[in-house]
Amino acid sequence: MNNLLILPVVIPLVMGLLMVLFRKNITLQKIVSAASITATGAVAVLLMIQNDQDGIQTLQIGGWQAPFGITYAADMFSSLLLTTTSIVALSCLLFAFKTIGEERESYYFYPVFLFLITGVNGSFLTGDLFHLFVCFEVMLISSYVLLSLGGTRKQLRESVKYVLINLISSFLFLVGVAYIYAVVGTLNLADLSVKVAEAGQGGMLTAISLVFLIVFSLKAGLLLFFWLPGSYSAPPTAIAAVFAGLLTKVGMYAIFRLFTLVFYHEPQITHLLIGVLGAVTMVLGAIGAVAYGDIKKILTYNVIIGVGFIMAGLASMSIAGMTGSVFYLIHDMIIKALIFLIGGTIISLTGTSKLEDMSGLIRTHPYLGWMFFTAALALAGIPPLSGFLGKVFITQGTFEAEYYWLGGIGLLTSLLVLYSIMKIFMNAFWGETYLSEEMEKGSTKGIMVPIALLTGLAVLLGVGAEGISSYVNLAAEGLMNPELYIKAVFGE
Amino acid sequence: MKEPNDVILRSVTKVAVVIIFTFSINLFFSGHHLPGGGFIGGLGFAAALTLLFLSYDIETVRENISLDFKKVAVVGVLIAVGTGLGSFLFDAPFLSHTFDYFDLPIFGKTELATAVLFDVGVAMAVIGTAVTVIMTISEDR
Repeated sequence: MNNLLILPVVIPLVMGLLMVLFRKNITLQKIVSAASITATGAVAVLLMIQNDQDGIQTLQIGGWQAPFGITYAADMFSSLLLTTTSIVALSCLLFAFKTIGEERESYYFYPVFLFLITGVNGSFLTGDLFHLFVCFEVMLISSYVLLSLGGTRKQLRESVKYVLINLISSFLFLVGVAYIYAVVGTLNLADLSVKVAEAGQGGMLTAISLVFLIVFSLKAGLLLFFWLPGSYSAPPTAIAAVFAGLLTKVGMYAIFRLFTLVFYHEPQITHLLIGVLGAVTMVLGAIGAVAYGDIKKILTYNVIIGVGFIMAGLASMSIAGMTGSVFYLIHDMIIKALIFLIGGTIISLTGTSKLEDMSGLIRTHPYLGWMFFTAALALAGIPPLSGFLGKVFITQGTFEAEYYWLGGIGLLTSLLVLYSIMKIFMNAFWGETYLSEEMEKGSTKGIMVPIALLTGLAVLLGVGAEGISSYVNLAAEGLMNPELYIKAVFGE
Repeated sequence: MKEPNDVILRSVTKVAVVIIFTFSINLFFSGHHLPGGGFIGGLGFAAALTLLFLSYDIETVRENISLDFKKVAVVGVLIAVGTGLGSFLFDAPFLSHTFDYFDLPIFGKTELATAVLFDVGVAMAVIGTAVTVIMTISEDR
């Protein structure tokens, strides 16, 4: 039993609720929201240390033992993602302080933001399939509010699509949960793993696993990403950055959890399919990223490429591939939030998102320019920045599993990523400066701090990878050895 | 617009609301061992309020019950989570509950459970949410 596990869910929830009561006091809301996300991050770091020393931490809520009650379990994979979530959320929150505007603030922006984090953290921590559904819903409902908050025409149009898609996928999620409960008779992930291993993963269970794959692919944007470019470019920058940094990652986390802990017996069907989906996603995403001349479109298609690439590591089902995926997942959360923040800043400065209408920002905003350049290199995986190690390990993993085509596509698309992101850099920052500082539509005052924070992290993750590599290895080992998770849940 | 003649509705409502309130409180307390509890009790309570809104108008009801139902919902969830947080003090798993028997003056030997506190929160959250939803829809006209 370790009550620390509930804190990443309860802190943002309680603080968010309290903030609803103090609707008018915006300053207080800013302080409380930043403080509670910092506290959540501190708990996540504590959990990481405990994972390192004592292995997987569990909490049987209400004292009801698994498999009858709801179990919370934090292994190193969860704790790493929790920590990264807090950092990304804090940066986006700092960015929102200056940019989100009074109207949205007075309509519960900060409470809803915290509820979103509640859902994300809960999804990372839970060890129960139905509770995962509940946490997904908490996260999704908050994201509906954040997406439509402000009520501009574009936001409302995209909200309708987004809500519809997610309602359908939530419905399929419930159907999948019902199926698996009918077949196996339990919803506790560890218990599921035991029962599926005992019964053997026959055709029925494999079919059910594919239902879940469809559900989480819709949420993660794996192949079924048609809703993503629209809905991620509609809301204001700070919200779009949170979505890009966190939401698809939760879907990916669920795919990882299910296909390493429960449905790992038929990799020639499920994991090969995930690999194929990942490859197609990477190719389509790369085509989108290269084709468009609009910053928002290029950035959202880059999110899609990242999803495909991380799934390639899972498809390989090897220790190298898993290590790479964990590394890349952390990198991806940070870097996607970062490029969305910088992209949004560029758009607010120039007043347009069309690449052909902007040029020469480097003269007026040198720091922004160089940070974008760093982020671009990290995104493409140039050493020694953060994306490099993940790319190396994932490629190694796919080659070890003899999926040469998958590794090859991964490498090819990273070139296209570099091209697409350099296109933004060259168009926006090079060339003749014809926007003087007075003519700019927005300013960078006060919003450089979160951008610098994330850029620093991207560099640090690359240069200081040795420092967290032991944690990442532990996470990858946990993913490859489901019996560790099972033992921790049933151990007490 | 002509005022609708709803004497019968209003007279029935005056009696029915009291009955519904009593019944939902009964449902709420029976929840620990029998069918019932905070959720269903709260819904019954909200149904009675809705009946009041329908037979009278929102302003009249507001004058008599001047509660902000959004805040009722928030406080309800806070109470529910708060009872869970109590387990931190006793070093028990989150949301643990306990009960004991007490000799109370009128009721005699009574079972008091901490789960009832959680249920109070649930009931308030349900009442607050249901009434807020209904009032928001009615404002839309």
